[in-house]
Amino acid sequence: MTAVDTAADVASPAPQPRARLQVRDRISRLAWPAAAVVVAALVVVPVAMLATSVLDPNVEVWRQQWQTRLPDQLVDTAVLLVGVAAGSGAIGAGLAWLVTAYRFPGVRALGWLLVLPLAMPGYILGFVTLSLVGFTGPIQGWWRDRFGQDAWFPEVRSMGGAIVVLTLVLYPYVYLVARAALRDQAGAVYEAARTLGAGPVAAARRVVLPLLRPALAAGVAVVMMETLTDFATVQYFGVDTVSVGVFRIWRGTFDRDAASELATLVLVFALLVIGLERALRGRARYASAGGAGGGFVPKRLRGWRAVAATTACVGVVVLGFGAPAAQLVVWSVQEVRGERGVPLAGRFAEYLGNSVILAALTAGLCVAVALVVANASRFARSPVTASAARLSSVGYAVPGPVVAIGVLLTLVAVDDLLGALGSGLPGVVATGSIVGLVYAYGVRFLAPGLNAVEAGLQQVPEEITATARSLGARPHRTARLVHLPLSRASVATAAVIVAVDALKELPIVLLLRPFGFDTLPVWVWNLASESRFEQAAVPALAIVAVAVVPVALLSWQLNRRHGATTTPDDRPALR
Amino acid sequence: MTAPLSDDHLPAVTAPTPAQRPDPTRTAPALVLSGVTKRFGSIAALDDVHIELGPHELLALVGPSGCGKSTMLRVVAGLLAADAGRIELGGTVVDDGRLQVPPERRMIGLVFQEHTLFPHLTVARNIAFGLSGATRAQSRARVGEVLELVGLPELRDRYPHELSGGERQRVALGRALAPRPTLMLLDEPFASLDANLRAQIRNDVVAILRAARTPAVFVTHDQTEAMAVGDRVAVMRAGRIEQLSTPWQVFHQPTSRFVAAFMGEASFMPIDRATTEASTELGPLGPLEGRIPIDAVAMVRPDDMTFEVHSGGDAEITAVEFRGPTYCYTLRLGSGVVVQAIRSHLVHAEVGTRVRAMLVPGHRAVVVRDPN
Repeated sequence: MTAVDTAADVASPAPQPRARLQVRDRISRLAWPAAAVVVAALVVVPVAMLATSVLDPNVEVWRQQWQTRLPDQLVDTAVLLVGVAAGSGAIGAGLAWLVTAYRFPGVRALGWLLVLPLAMPGYILGFVTLSLVGFTGPIQGWWRDRFGQDAWFPEVRSMGGAIVVLTLVLYPYVYLVARAALRDQAGAVYEAARTLGAGPVAAARRVVLPLLRPALAAGVAVVMMETLTDFATVQYFGVDTVSVGVFRIWRGTFDRDAASELATLVLVFALLVIGLERALRGRARYASAGGAGGGFVPKRLRGWRAVAATTACVGVVVLGFGAPAAQLVVWSVQEVRGERGVPLAGRFAEYLGNSVILAALTAGLCVAVALVVANASRFARSPVTASAARLSSVGYAVPGPVVAIGVLLTLVAVDDLLGALGSGLPGVVATGSIVGLVYAYGVRFLAPGLNAVEAGLQQVPEEITATARSLGARPHRTARLVHLPLSRASVATAAVIVAVDALKELPIVLLLRPFGFDTLPVWVWNLASESRFEQAAVPALAIVAVAVVPVALLSWQLNRRHGATTTPDDRPALR
Repeated sequence: MTAPLSDDHLPAVTAPTPAQRPDPTRTAPALVLSGVTKRFGSIAALDDVHIELGPHELLALVGPSGCGKSTMLRVVAGLLAADAGRIELGGTVVDDGRLQVPPERRMIGLVFQEHTLFPHLTVARNIAFGLSGATRAQSRARVGEVLELVGLPELRDRYPHELSGGERQRVALGRALAPRPTLMLLDEPFASLDANLRAQIRNDVVAILRAARTPAVFVTHDQTEAMAVGDRVAVMRAGRIEQLSTPWQVFHQPTSRFVAAFMGEASFMPIDRATTEASTELGPLGPLEGRIPIDAVAMVRPDDMTFEVHSGGDAEITAVEFRGPTYCYTLRLGSGVVVQAIRSHLVHAEVGTRVRAMLVPGHRAVVVRDPN
């Protein structure tokens, strides 16, 4: 005891109270929320810039648009949105119900295989579909051989084709939320309904479906946003949406005013989608009503029913992922063996390099910013930091063209401002460098990164933060020495998710890329647009291979959660 | 204000004084709270709290869940800002209701119920976490001393998940003590431990704190623990300190009916003011100084009561509970008032037996206020 005392006086700083209660303390406490607010502002500003351009409409542009393509574009956008939403909703919810409520051969593997089409970008499935099922494709060839040259076959290069392709790659968004909702909530009420005398179909219709409505609305809303974002895939199919219009005007004429006028229309569609989701969700709040009951006890299917169930699931996986992936592999092998592959090898490396740089910059930026925002909410728990975190995530719910044009407007404004201040940058910074691209990617992909980082930080108990602080660690030191090591798995996950999203992103890069800056998706799209499908196969396959990583990660996490063996003890999972 | 009610009406019973530990180096109170208030919306989690903690004092803060005791700990630690009032640590203001010193500059040691060791660091590096100002050699030496102090020198290189619950709590205590904090705050530190282990770890922790001569505030919801640990006990209710005095006083001289009932089993009966000497059904209250407040009642604890079987007695046994060493009898007195009496396990009587109830010789009913 005395030994402790005397030695300790040497060993540790004496607890002399310093002069306290300084304004400095208040400033240091404001630093984190301030950073979070700045991030939120940077995310919101592009959207706001675009939205405010509505206040000063260019009548000339609107008149010209209205007299040319605009009416058709509005119709096409609406039809496409409704078609993809209906298709994805039906397939996603139906498959979720099938794999949750029933047991049939392969259901366990199919449960996560059904997520795979998420790794197949629409612009890749689109061109593979055209080449296989299109007029010159092998399937129509076989059809005509068999039923005669004039045999009817549905037109693939059409609105219908676009809807089918987008549905096949987007339904997993609905499937995932529907499955989670079914598993977490529906089991007990379904059983209760059955014991009250409702048959399986009646119970599903009267109890489960209404219960799923909020989750379905959320999933379908995501699908519709992705549909609005896409203007590359639908162009293969000759579908002319408002987003296509934005792209065509901006890349065709570089008329910023016209492009932004039209982009506000995309924003209006996005707001309609959000309104629709709110309306569908209604006043329902049961989506968060905690896990009641032990979930479904799946019913075993036998005979033809089992065969039908397995066939349905396998069919969707094959159409959405298996068949196109196989076709890409076949073409790639041909391409690599053939002589033409050689001259393209150099470009492949260059475009891959561009893609990787862009993905790495975006991932680094998003993860760093997400760490700041998530930690700010931890260190300064207040309505301000909470709203800042929510606002920082809006980019994911804003269609790509809106983000891209909004970033463009923002950077031009910054350029003008710097010019007015006399220290003008070369005007190309806004429109001619990858700064704009990375900014737009940051706005769009901060949300998934933030989600993952926040989930990781939630695993760190509040008390650990408090303990570190009272042991003398200032917030940034606490974040670095405690939060970061304890949530590093989630931080890595965030980086992977963002990097892959950035790697396969096409619409934004098409709008904002500097001249001569091509990425793998741009290259794929260019080749596919010229019907050089075989040559597009190698880069397309590379994109799909990378995109499978986060999907596999997601499936693995879902399965682990399904195991429900998480005990409080392995919360900070560190060994 | 929550100061104990004026004690002038209470019988003059001498309570044992807490051990005095004069220390020339520390003279300022370790902690002063004056008028501290903290609201969450319309709920006052802390309502005008006043506390002064001596330089080496262990204070137990006890109260039902939701009474604000954890909030108080967090406000003192700087994790929450006070809305009003003043907090001083070792004579220095750290929170005046407007500006707050951040937690990392308060030199406070925190120990929580569980899950607070950094799982990615060894025991030694956990303990060294707060020694950032020291050189490597100093830090190493201090870690060694602390491990000796908490009695776990051999666990130096273990990871937290390789420790037992009791070991983890001792390491957490050592880690908090390592930077020589001016005050320790312990939030239900034993609540996650097995009942068997609990008393032992508790005694160890108190011994360690006393050896380190560090003042501390223990938060607990367990009255027995509060009385065993604290030099003084503060009983909280709805954001206010109901009573702050020695364990002996809190139990035997509670100032309010709430404190009396919260600290242990108690029966209450009305006071008869008709005679010159205030009395209850069980006899006179004894010599009193001053007047009896209008809202006062008399409190007896089960160990104050006894009875003898008597067919003419006006009390009746209505329930018997066997507690191992003792029986606890519930008696209905002639007036209908219900009291409890603890008797040895050798004394057994059936429900329905007529008895004559009385106070154990030397014990007295205590006057407490019942404002509600």
